Amino acid sequence: MTQFPIDKIRNDFPILNEKIRNKPLVYLDNAASSQKPNVVIDCISHVYRHDYANVHRGVHTLSVRSTDKFEGAREKIKDFINAESGKEIIFTKGTTESINLVAQSYGKANIKAGDEILISAMEHHSNIVPWQMLSEQTGAILKVAPINLRGELILDEFIKLIGDKTRLISIAHMSNALGTINPVKQIIAAAHDKNIPVLLDGAQAIPHMPVDVLDLDCDFYAFSGHKLYGPSGIGVLYGKQALLESMPPYQGGGDMIRKVTFEETEYNTLPYKFEAGTPSIADAIALGAAIDYLNEIGMGAVAVYEAELLDYATEQAKKIKGLRIIGEAAEKGAILSFVLDKIHPHDIGTMLDSLGIAVRAGHHCAMPVMDFFEVPATARASFAIYNTKQEIDVLMNGIESLIEVFG
Amino acid sequence: MFDDLRDLYQEVIFDHNRNPRNFRIIENADRKVDGFNPLCGDRLTLYLKMNGDVIEDASFQGSGCAISTASVSLMTEIVKGKTEAEAEALFKTFHEMTTGKDEQVNLEAVGKLAVLAGVREYPARVKCATLAWHTLDAALKNEKQAVSTE
Repeated sequence: MTQFPIDKIRNDFPILNEKIRNKPLVYLDNAASSQKPNVVIDCISHVYRHDYANVHRGVHTLSVRSTDKFEGAREKIKDFINAESGKEIIFTKGTTESINLVAQSYGKANIKAGDEILISAMEHHSNIVPWQMLSEQTGAILKVAPINLRGELILDEFIKLIGDKTRLISIAHMSNALGTINPVKQIIAAAHDKNIPVLLDGAQAIPHMPVDVLDLDCDFYAFSGHKLYGPSGIGVLYGKQALLESMPPYQGGGDMIRKVTFEETEYNTLPYKFEAGTPSIADAIALGAAIDYLNEIGMGAVAVYEAELLDYATEQAKKIKGLRIIGEAAEKGAILSFVLDKIHPHDIGTMLDSLGIAVRAGHHCAMPVMDFFEVPATARASFAIYNTKQEIDVLMNGIESLIEVFG
Repeated sequence: MFDDLRDLYQEVIFDHNRNPRNFRIIENADRKVDGFNPLCGDRLTLYLKMNGDVIEDASFQGSGCAISTASVSLMTEIVKGKTEAEAEALFKTFHEMTTGKDEQVNLEAVGKLAVLAGVREYPARVKCATLAWHTLDAALKNEKQAVSTE
């Protein structure tokens, strides 16, 4: 195996040269949002300087050029997740909008009073609230499958909750608060035995591992560009073509129509049926550039490198007295959530910040997870392709020093 | 190692975080209000025993970060024996001190609370310091519902 090109990668991310409070930046808040490589930053600038016009509109040269690049990005995303067709790739604002799209389009058309929607106890608010809203609108019931103290889904319990009234399952591929990678293939197989579609919230999984929607056989896959080293404001909903064809539009407007009179409207074909209004054009194209960049490194290599980082961080964290790791699943991505005895996560966050270390302190938009572990919040270090073991040492030294200061 | 933070985490704050004052329930409290900071999940319950319009006793329960614990601990100490009007005036001064809108805040007027002036340089932490005071404000106005910093 070739060496992971960490030095080259670090050079590709200009923000890593920033000094924070006069210290070199150690950026460990990647689960919230990752930093951007030069190719992404330059791509956005290049689009606006040379290629920008609205898409799918004009006959003029720039509009054609812009459309080609925009649709080219769609094809890159299709290949990246191994979808069958570009028609299955819907551009959205991000994971949240992707999930809301499924809830309001598929959900409203197919879910009725008394029907059940099944999620897990480790979901991000964005995979809870859209289903609560749908339940309020339709009278459906939201069922929540339990997790254990290691932060793992209790698979038997989950399977038991898949019943005759279950109409949709929506679950995180990887948890943002715990790092847990869920046994989604087994869940999907069990769901499909009963003809129930499954949506995977891929916001956390997609930057850390190869994702193959055909192999997973999921019905929907939602993710954001900004956690994948791409711009914020752009995300993706993958859906199986037949399902998307059967669904009503989500929002009305331009681009999603074929013909409009005041009496009736004929909707556009996929994927445009779900893309009302002018999309975030440059951001979509730059997401394509981020994917090119990751393909060069290889998502398999990324997964191997980050597993090493996580193992090292976990090993070092366990040496610190008074530190408790929240989330110790056997299958886990590069997230280390922790609490310290008698030191609140917000104090940890501020203290580490003064050393140039960016971690997240809070409930991570997963308040039910915090309630389950009986903590108000956690501190979370989440790793990316540009992090190093040496940065983990800086983090651990920082934690030990702040424990000393708090005494 | 944490030299930059000396203005924020003064020794008095560590002291009140380790040994919070008035950390108890007042059984026959006249006012009892919950405060909540949804950003960090901090919760506290403030108890007041009134004698006319004078705050005879103040105490709290709950858990939070060092800044919020020290702030509520210091507050319960300082408001004891003050009238409602005096406490409200103190809240106003404290708010100005921590949000930095008025550089000319008279630090003498806030006494020990001056140790919390450092939060003005940390916008993400201002609410930690002000949660206690928003809760007191609600208690003085006799608002029954929980207050939130949002």
